[in-house]
Amino acid sequence: MAEKVNQTQNFLKGIVKDNPVFVMLLGMCPTLGVTSSAFNGLGMGVATMFVLLMSNIVVSLIKTQIPSKVRIPAFIIIIASFVTIVEMVLEAFVPFLYEQLGIFIPLIVVNCLILGRAEAFASKNNIIAAIVDGIGMGLGFVIALTVLGATREILGSGSFFGFKFVPEDANTFILFILPPGAFIALAYLTVLFNKISTKTT
Amino acid sequence: MSKKKDTFINMLVALFVITVISGFSLGYVNELTVGPIEKGKIERKVNALKMVLPNFDNNPVADIQLIKSPFAKDSVEVYPAFENNIFVGAAIIGSTEKGFSGLIKLMVGFKPDGSIQNIVVLEQKETPGLGTKIKDEKFLAQFRDKNPPVFNLKVTKDGGEVDALTGATITSRAFGEAVQMAYDEFMKNNGLLIALKN
Repeated sequence: MAEKVNQTQNFLKGIVKDNPVFVMLLGMCPTLGVTSSAFNGLGMGVATMFVLLMSNIVVSLIKTQIPSKVRIPAFIIIIASFVTIVEMVLEAFVPFLYEQLGIFIPLIVVNCLILGRAEAFASKNNIIAAIVDGIGMGLGFVIALTVLGATREILGSGSFFGFKFVPEDANTFILFILPPGAFIALAYLTVLFNKISTKTT
Repeated sequence: MSKKKDTFINMLVALFVITVISGFSLGYVNELTVGPIEKGKIERKVNALKMVLPNFDNNPVADIQLIKSPFAKDSVEVYPAFENNIFVGAAIIGSTEKGFSGLIKLMVGFKPDGSIQNIVVLEQKETPGLGTKIKDEKFLAQFRDKNPPVFNLKVTKDGGEVDALTGATITSRAFGEAVQMAYDEFMKNNGLLIALKN
């Protein structure tokens, strides 16, 4: 039972207490770069979550076989392989999403969230804990990117998941789909998120 | 199981095994996806041709003309279209490196008189949500049935007639340039294309 409670906490910490975007501020490059619409944020989040989960599993499985001096290059090779696989599969079977995310997919390799979890968690825990951690952190990342993307899309282009609710030529805050808008939206969302999460715990 | 010691041979073996495994799995996935990727690319090209050209009954992909041009890195691809052996237009790949993030590649379909039938964006790396709007109907519609000698392809800011996208003037400017390049190539080779079937 204690083990189970532990796993629930392990799962939830990625979404609330240690949310990778709003609390740990990891993986800022894709967070700020692709979230100009909710759909892009969701797609990037899911791709990252998949890579995170797979790398967590593999790192946790082979952790005893890697001498600690070469662990970082070993992790990077594992992560890069999964990212390349994701890139090839997306290009072959989901070309629409591939075109949207484009150059940001190879950048998942250097997303410090993934290397961070491999180093800080998966290389020290068993495979079940690593899977739960990967799903929790991945979901936290997906939710954060989707919320940020939705906020910017609503304010910046007056639409939500591509569904427009203002007239075609209405004035919207274009600032929010421009890069500075990403910083502003992220800052306010982070404040909001931390306000709510500290109040409830 | 304790951690492997940091001996030279251990490190060598660990990294070697990991790179070999990832190399083989990447090769395997590549083998699986290379077919669909190629097919998708050709399909996109054929679909684009159908969109930018008037009705045709030849196979433009087979009749492709590669024309050397000073404006492009290598030769320009020209797809002539014929219906009942009469020249009905051509699709030309126009490109420019002056997009906000580099290369923009368009396919522009021209009618025999040089007016634009339709435009499709083939490749671009513009800012999502801003520059990517060059693919939207609203932006592309203003080019249809326009003849570049009377319709200035520069953005209104530069004295032209193209309504630039909000927040993406550089992209709009590059787009106009790529269309202009395709038009210049079309006019230069018009005679050659008509002569193809005679």
